[in-house]
Amino acid sequence: MEQAYEATRRAFSQTLLRLAKNNRHIVAMTSDSRGSVTLNAYAEELPEQYIEMGIAEQNLVSAASGLTSFGFVPFVCSPACFLSMRSIEQVKVDVAYSATNVKLIGISAGVSYGALGMSHHSLQDFAVMRAIPNLAIIAPCDAVQTEAVTEVIAAFQGPVYVRLGRNPVSQVYAPGTDCFQWGKAVELAVGNDVTIIATGEVVQAAVTAAKQLRQQGIKARVLNMHTIKPLDNEAVLRAARETRAIITVEEHSVMGGLGGAVAEVLGQHQPCPLRIMAIADEVTPSGSQSELLAHYGLDAAGITACVTGVAREAARDRAFK
Amino acid sequence: MCAVNGSRKAAEIRKLVLDMIFHAGSGHIGGSLSAAEILVSLYYGTMRVDPTNPTWPERDRFILSKGHSVEVYYAVLADLGFFPREELDTFCQFGSRLIGHTNTKVPGVEHNTGSLGHGLSVGMGMALGAKRAHSLSRVFVLMGDGELTEGSVWEAAMAAAHYKLDNLTAIIDRNGLQISGPTENVMQLEPLADKWRAFGWHVTEVSGHDFDELVAALNAEKLGKPHLVLAKTTKGKGISFIENQAHWHHGVPSEEQYLQAKAELEAQWEEASGVGAGIRSN
Ligand SMILES: [Mg+2]
Repeated sequence: MEQAYEATRRAFSQTLLRLAKNNRHIVAMTSDSRGSVTLNAYAEELPEQYIEMGIAEQNLVSAASGLTSFGFVPFVCSPACFLSMRSIEQVKVDVAYSATNVKLIGISAGVSYGALGMSHHSLQDFAVMRAIPNLAIIAPCDAVQTEAVTEVIAAFQGPVYVRLGRNPVSQVYAPGTDCFQWGKAVELAVGNDVTIIATGEVVQAAVTAAKQLRQQGIKARVLNMHTIKPLDNEAVLRAARETRAIITVEEHSVMGGLGGAVAEVLGQHQPCPLRIMAIADEVTPSGSQSELLAHYGLDAAGITACVTGVAREAARDRAFK
Repeated sequence: MCAVNGSRKAAEIRKLVLDMIFHAGSGHIGGSLSAAEILVSLYYGTMRVDPTNPTWPERDRFILSKGHSVEVYYAVLADLGFFPREELDTFCQFGSRLIGHTNTKVPGVEHNTGSLGHGLSVGMGMALGAKRAHSLSRVFVLMGDGELTEGSVWEAAMAAAHYKLDNLTAIIDRNGLQISGPTENVMQLEPLADKWRAFGWHVTEVSGHDFDELVAALNAEKLGKPHLVLAKTTKGKGISFIENQAHWHHGVPSEEQYLQAKAELEAQWEEASGVGAGIRSN
């Protein structure tokens, strides 16, 4: 397949416009983020289904929960760094606890605002959102999966947080692929030596790494863990039983994200060697998204190097047993 | 909607509040007592609700932003028949749905509150939703004065005026006290009415214990902007030794205090019964 590049936020806004044209209950809400979400066309075509709330994320989230009282399905679209931090208590009380049908769409997540610094990086969103009951968390890996996710959550009754990126990402899936089943990890590469579990925009790098590893004779299973919560525990435990080690890969802090979620499952049910590839617990340096990802080893080369080491160690440990 | 003897109803509600808090051994008595006339005016003189159909789509919405004053809210809902009155005895008991802050498991409750400063935002969203859905429902939000220091209140105030939400009425239970003492010592709120006017609201100042003033303000004609009813109240109203005492924010009466309080409320009920004044809704 020829590599196509598209931003997940754009796939989201185009899908939402298509859905909203046929469902007058869908409303898009922004915090002066209409342009950054790429909702300009939506706002012009459907002004009655668009609400600007200004730079006031707390009010944005609470107001969205209020709109559900009249049957609306609000899609709250705001940079993930602010949506998941500035309004986290509104997410907890007014959305999750009150069980309102609000869709929280965090755009430009991870380090996609690379050079803008730590204020604009969203590296804690999985951690804080995961600790809140009654809130699903999804991180699609590319534009095709984003489209599928948007369709599914629009029909789903309940609170969801979706984490999207900013920059064009290479497509993992061919257009039209059936690639999203709620809470079910997708196996993108078959292998029984080690398992790479990845989420979001670094999934493509994991797939590329698996190809490089295969040339070295290491067969890495790759799981696209698009749903962070509820986590596909079954797929994690199967990987622990069938392969020698697990490597998680995410554009998030090393604390409390995908790696933390996987560790919770493994530690309690099926201990297994685990390496968490993520952003270190430190103030990140400045640079583009790709520079930052490479710095933290979250590109294909970094994943390949890490997995090679883990696979060697796992093989050695097994030989000594 | 019904016409009731407001003072007698308020005394009945206060008795229920006192019983709930005494039996549970916990609760927020001061702010519940100060809001009794406000709740009675809303639920017996203003709002369109149906206790037999709590989710009737065309109902008016109420949000208790000062969610800790939940006792007065539960008492009114039980009195109207949203749930059995005996259930008030389970207040704050293990497993009860009558927890210490408003909770949508209770029929008639629209939204979970407890963290201060959220209610107006939720209410402005509801009011905007009503407009976009071409619904005639009105939205009422009761806030405490202590919670007005939360920034989100002013985010909501700005947005409500921006969207000209004349179906939204916010009420401030201006009892002048919060848990640590007088509001003006904790953080200056005055000139409060001016602040709301500057944010684009129509402001009506009333006595929060006067049914005529409250019901008139709550049923006022729409003016193309959101309406703030600034209700001057006495915290702990109706029980002499609790009135205007900041430490009674969440105090629990002793048995002796309970009996005295009960006697005072009984006397108020009897006095009101003799007068027989009615609230008449429009
Ligand atoms: Mg007060």
